[in-house]
Amino acid sequence: MADSSSPREHSPTQDDDVSLPDAPAPANNDDAPAPENTNGAAANQPGVALEDLFDDDDEALANELEASSAANIPSSPPQTAPSSSAPEIASSAQQQESYSDPNLMRQFYSRLFPFRSLFQWLNHSPKPGPDFSNREFALTLPNDAYLRYQSYPTADMLRKDILRHNPSRFEIGPVYTTNPRDRKTLRKSSMFRPLSKEIVFDIDLTDYDDIRTCCEKANICNKCWAFATMAIKVVDVALRDDFGFEHIIWIYSGRRGVHAWISDKDARELDDDKRKAITGYFEVLKGGVQGGKRVNLRRPLHPHIVRSLEILKPYFAQVLVDQEPFLSKTGQDRLLQLLPDKSLTEALAKKWASSPERPSHKKWADIDSMAETGVSKTLDRKALLQAKQDIVLEYTYPRLDVEVGKKRIHLLKSPFVVHPGTGRVCVPITAGGDMKRADSFDPLSVPKVNELLREVDQFGAGAGDGDEPSNGFVEDGVTMRKLNDWEKTSLKPYVELFDGFVKTLLKSEMVRVKRERDEDGATGTDGMEF
Amino acid sequence: MLRTETRFDPKRKRVDYKKTQFANASYKDQDYPYRLSFYDVPPTQEISLEEFETWAIDRLRILAEIESCSFRNKSPQETAAHLEPLLKKYLPLSSNSSAAGGVVDDRLRKERRKDHYSHFILRLAFSGTEDLRRRFARVETMLFKLRFQADDSRERRAFVESLNLNWELVQDEEKRELGEQLLAATPGLRRLDEENWFKVDWTRVPELVEHRTVLVRKGRAYVPMREQTSMVLTEFSNRLEKALELTSRALPRLDEDDRLTPILDHLSKNFATPDSGFSESDSSLPGAPINAANIDALSQHFPLCMKHLHTTLRKNNHLKHFGRLQYTLFLKGIGLSLEDCLVFWRQSFKTITDDQFNKEYRYNVRHSYGDVGGDANRRGRGYAPYSCQKILTEHPPGTGEAHGCPYRHFSVDNLTSMLQATGVHDRDVLRGVKEDVEKKRYHIACNRVFEWAHKSEIKRVKDEGIWGPAELETIVHPNTYFKRSYLLKNLGNLPKQDVRMEE
Repeated sequence: MADSSSPREHSPTQDDDVSLPDAPAPANNDDAPAPENTNGAAANQPGVALEDLFDDDDEALANELEASSAANIPSSPPQTAPSSSAPEIASSAQQQESYSDPNLMRQFYSRLFPFRSLFQWLNHSPKPGPDFSNREFALTLPNDAYLRYQSYPTADMLRKDILRHNPSRFEIGPVYTTNPRDRKTLRKSSMFRPLSKEIVFDIDLTDYDDIRTCCEKANICNKCWAFATMAIKVVDVALRDDFGFEHIIWIYSGRRGVHAWISDKDARELDDDKRKAITGYFEVLKGGVQGGKRVNLRRPLHPHIVRSLEILKPYFAQVLVDQEPFLSKTGQDRLLQLLPDKSLTEALAKKWASSPERPSHKKWADIDSMAETGVSKTLDRKALLQAKQDIVLEYTYPRLDVEVGKKRIHLLKSPFVVHPGTGRVCVPITAGGDMKRADSFDPLSVPKVNELLREVDQFGAGAGDGDEPSNGFVEDGVTMRKLNDWEKTSLKPYVELFDGFVKTLLKSEMVRVKRERDEDGATGTDGMEF
Repeated sequence: MLRTETRFDPKRKRVDYKKTQFANASYKDQDYPYRLSFYDVPPTQEISLEEFETWAIDRLRILAEIESCSFRNKSPQETAAHLEPLLKKYLPLSSNSSAAGGVVDDRLRKERRKDHYSHFILRLAFSGTEDLRRRFARVETMLFKLRFQADDSRERRAFVESLNLNWELVQDEEKRELGEQLLAATPGLRRLDEENWFKVDWTRVPELVEHRTVLVRKGRAYVPMREQTSMVLTEFSNRLEKALELTSRALPRLDEDDRLTPILDHLSKNFATPDSGFSESDSSLPGAPINAANIDALSQHFPLCMKHLHTTLRKNNHLKHFGRLQYTLFLKGIGLSLEDCLVFWRQSFKTITDDQFNKEYRYNVRHSYGDVGGDANRRGRGYAPYSCQKILTEHPPGTGEAHGCPYRHFSVDNLTSMLQATGVHDRDVLRGVKEDVEKKRYHIACNRVFEWAHKSEIKRVKDEGIWGPAELETIVHPNTYFKRSYLLKNLGNLPKQDVRMEE
């Protein structure tokens, strides 16, 4: 399958950088039965080996060689061919592939990865500039070596290098003062320092393990994904309304987490202290499990907390049903420990001792009804209400992995790479503050790399032979254009979401540049005094 | 002010440059109208070499004292009380009102001149390295804070106004509109008309934002008037940091004979790092069987923080990053070799494969020992084991993390039960610990437990005069805790040697 796409690839690269898109495949369908074609899969091997040999050569040349060698010597590579071609056959036919299979990844990068979108997002302008070229990329190679301080002048170079190294994943770091590759040539090492980077947040569901009863460790289900959704809602609105950021995109990390990227110019240029301030602003839960009461808020509640509580209340009711946090003995003890009045908690403990199976939402309701009965003479209603608010927050408020957000130099996995453990693509969840989208996001339906590649291959084949335009072409206003491979797959809505986000970012960036230029012009004439 | 800095106009710059090239520098004597200063203008008058040195040393003395207060976790009030007599003696700075008629007289001018000059001399001495710059800026800011808070309120207002900081007052209409939220965001305020607010970019008050003590809307922070201090301080430290960087760039071109450089060198060396509470000698325990297999047995001598890490490690067969770091460095400090340390961690992580260990953990352990990593790391043989100071102030533990100081980061209940689990049952001790912790004197609590656990041994060394008071000083480093505990419990068994513990 790889041999079918790569030879054709050199035509666009020679054409122009405009057609950077991921390998078009006009007559793709005739390669679709590749799984049965042992030759085809094996023939793929020499190409890979050769490409490694011609590391630094022009890709077109490498591809040509690859094509010719594929045609002439179908099974020339000696030892490796049988062993590595076998799993590939199995993979396309069955489900048992390893997701970091190098061949799978190479195809994914060459055909589906939206390099152009990624480039525009990081470059903040259509014309290649330092925002992109001084940006650090870090690649995790298939042998698990970690290659830091990579950088690329253009999207094409990035694509070429990614194809060459075929990393199992790669991460994005900050923009540095100079090209990260030149960092050792500087006279003083202190001249090499990070200038800017998107503010990032990382939410990881393992941090919820003490209140998550449905799954633990790396596993997730739709029930606990609700924690991620509520976190997105609380943080997103605060970033917009409080800090005034606009360009926020939420990315699924491929397994059990969520990353937020804030691309506003002001956000990118914040120093580490200010980043720390933002993470502090969001921090409500303090201390580890050992620390006793984890939510200790000042009253009256800060407007951010009030708003968050409003968002979280309905979720809390849901959490009570989905997670049953107070069902177990430890969960129940924890709840009682967090309540203020001693005679109240004793009465509750007694009541619940007789019905151990009582569901959490009933227990929660019991608190108020028990308080009503006047079991405690000294009950302070205000304190009880506050304790209940604190409990709601402890069981729903976002738990951010604060270290990631605090420093500019932190690297974070790029959007659209494949999670090596699950094979799922790190797709955007939502952008532009569209919370309906966040609600409907289902991490378990996020496309996997092998499914996507199959979709490309099946595209057109299933659409019927008579239907020409669907076969890789689409009407594009005036003319027909080739369909990008990702457009043929379920990756399409995600790339479009990302592109839409990037477009608004570029627009605001353009307006800003123009305004700054105008202002400069004005001061320039002021300066011309005679 | 900010705008002109960020914009770079080459044309205008060149004109200025030509104009000034042949112009005479116009020095102006400063008349110091305010007690406080942002030290924006360097001094230009002549002073004697002796003044140069003594003024600098006097100021240095104050700064060192401030820093040590912060390392001992003293509260602002304690620090202020501690420093008051010292400041009076070495670096007095009186307010205008203390002079007759509130007019700046000769005495005030002299004080302010000394303050001004000594600040700039130390700037020269401490701009050399990043580390010195950071520390200098930190303690100078603390000194400024101390004085700012003690200042006469009228003079303080006049001083702040003279700074010309770009603050926009919130008008009555907006104030009413946001009433509820302003009240909720401003702690300790009951009525709206008791306070006035001004709007600034939130980036100018990061501390207030971090602690959610201001209202933030659309990137603007609504700062109550009384929070001025925080803003002024931020401004002060920002400007100072920038200025120090400029100084450091100018330093190599200091047009100087050999009179000042030795003094400056000497000064910067005397600003010793108090964090170096750990020295090589702390780790030397000749004859002690310190190896991977023995850690369980040795852990009885560990301070509570390390005991907690150890038991957590044994319980979970794993520790998170900062826990591993804190514990590895401590183990390095007690004299565990790198090889043994690797063996220890490998064996402790029971649930992971060799491959995973080698990939994900091995490097970090080696890095802590300075076996890998950058040049500086290797030369310094890795990081120094963490002092109590560092453990108390950096990286508070989060979910699932076991590092930090139990006295500080545990709730009192959990702390008590943990102490009981480690065999501390004495009720007086537990009560004492509770009081210490409530007063935030965590190291005192730790020392209290130490003294209780070793009371008979301590009595013996005191009675027999084997150890002097220097050997029984307050412990401020986990490795000191271990070494002292180990020595005390093995009084008779260790080979006779000079049982001195250099501090």
